[in-house]
Amino acid sequence: MNNSIELINLSKSYNDKVAVKNISFQVKENEIIGLLGPNGCGKTTTIAMILGLLKPTNGKILINNKDIELHKISLLHKMNFISPYIELPKKLTVKENLIVYGKLYDVKNLSDRIDHLCNELRLKNFLNKITGELSSGQKNRVSLAKAFINDPNILLLDEPTASLDPETGDYVRTFLENYKKEKKISILLASHNMDEVKRLCSFVLMMKNGKIIDKGNPNELIKKHGRKNLEEVFLKLTRSKNEF
Amino acid sequence: MYGLFLRHFFLIKSSFPRILDLIYWPSIQIILWGFISKFFSTYSDYYNNTVGVILTCAILYDFLFRSSISFNMLFLEEIWSRNFTNLFIAPVKIGEIIIALIFTALVRTLIGLVPAILLTSPLFGISILNLGVPLFFLFLSLYVFGITLGLFVSSGLLRFGPSFENIAWSSLFLLAPLGCIYYPIEILPEIFQILAKLLPLVYIFDEARSILVNNVVNYNNIFHAFYLNIIYLVIGISLFYYSFFQARKKGSLINMGE
Repeated sequence: MNNSIELINLSKSYNDKVAVKNISFQVKENEIIGLLGPNGCGKTTTIAMILGLLKPTNGKILINNKDIELHKISLLHKMNFISPYIELPKKLTVKENLIVYGKLYDVKNLSDRIDHLCNELRLKNFLNKITGELSSGQKNRVSLAKAFINDPNILLLDEPTASLDPETGDYVRTFLENYKKEKKISILLASHNMDEVKRLCSFVLMMKNGKIIDKGNPNELIKKHGRKNLEEVFLKLTRSKNEF
Repeated sequence: MYGLFLRHFFLIKSSFPRILDLIYWPSIQIILWGFISKFFSTYSDYYNNTVGVILTCAILYDFLFRSSISFNMLFLEEIWSRNFTNLFIAPVKIGEIIIALIFTALVRTLIGLVPAILLTSPLFGISILNLGVPLFFLFLSLYVFGITLGLFVSSGLLRFGPSFENIAWSSLFLLAPLGCIYYPIEILPEIFQILAKLLPLVYIFDEARSILVNNVVNYNNIFHAFYLNIIYLVIGISLFYYSFFQARKKGSLINMGE
């Protein structure tokens, strides 16, 4: 299968502490899956294992049917990641950052690619500005450009619109929707923004204490739990002692 | 690999204070040692070429110091700018990261040291080129050892995070007394002599003095330094890989920053 992520019985422990416990799921081509759960439930740990930043204690991660542990470098060429908690080098200009990452990802026709992303993400006006001097919204668009520099077919998003104003947040979500439609990429989205998840995701995984406690289509989950919206489902599940 | 080099090249070229900082310290160091050795040469006849010997050793030591610090600095820059995760999720092999850092550290070191070397001739009438062909081997040997120390410290940064930063600055000061930079090994107490002989520095600086004072090139010293360098380099690279794998197990590659 192309453009797919598959986790099989994945676990991660640090000494006695279990961060992720035996989770399995799949993100298919042209699909956005939401990963929801309270802080510390294992979302970022899961994403870090998919990116090869963290070694799983048990289980397997297949990207396009290939084991990430065995084919990490070749698979990373077509993967990318966005998180507000990691930044691009602040002292470099936006263009320099894009050149650096374009080279690291071995992008062909890099200047064309940068021009294309500049148009798509409206970066032209600050392309030669120092990255550290940009507003949060501008920085977020630059991070998006970095994440799309290699034209990825697997994208991992960790709270991509956290701390953004509603206009920029909406802009990012629209960009992601359009990109997914056009390129049929697979996206795993970890977020605390329930409206964002409902809008973008066709399927949601609820995590708590390192385990998947429920899953399904956002509307189906709302119906199943008899709540008005996804946020109420989230609160019910995270506050409950039972698993569903 | 080229991308990683570019990242640091852009950083240096866009900042005049950064370039100034690279040049300033080696130049001040060399000028200071130049005047100190000039003073010694006036009141001592131990060496017939005191200024030349001390200044040349100061330049060689500074080359070692700068190469090691440059390597560490490049690694620290990634931590300070919270760019660590971006770097390790890019399709770059660990070996490529090491090679890029080695090459970039050389550029940084030369930016700092070339002006300082050029200063010694008009100010003190000394040219390090007096060492002749062996100078290349001495520089190479020092560079390899500097990089090896950089690898040790970067392994610590990978394993323990930014809290290991202070070690990055002090690592070379710890070895300097045993390196016998400005004095022969016989000056050290016997127990320290044994430790000093395990370091390539002793052979490198002994060779420099041998050429400058006695006009004798002793290739045994150069070979000895190389053997030791290779052993330490292999250990340094292995440690770096080991620390990377440990960091992947412990999760220290995620969101590493100040």
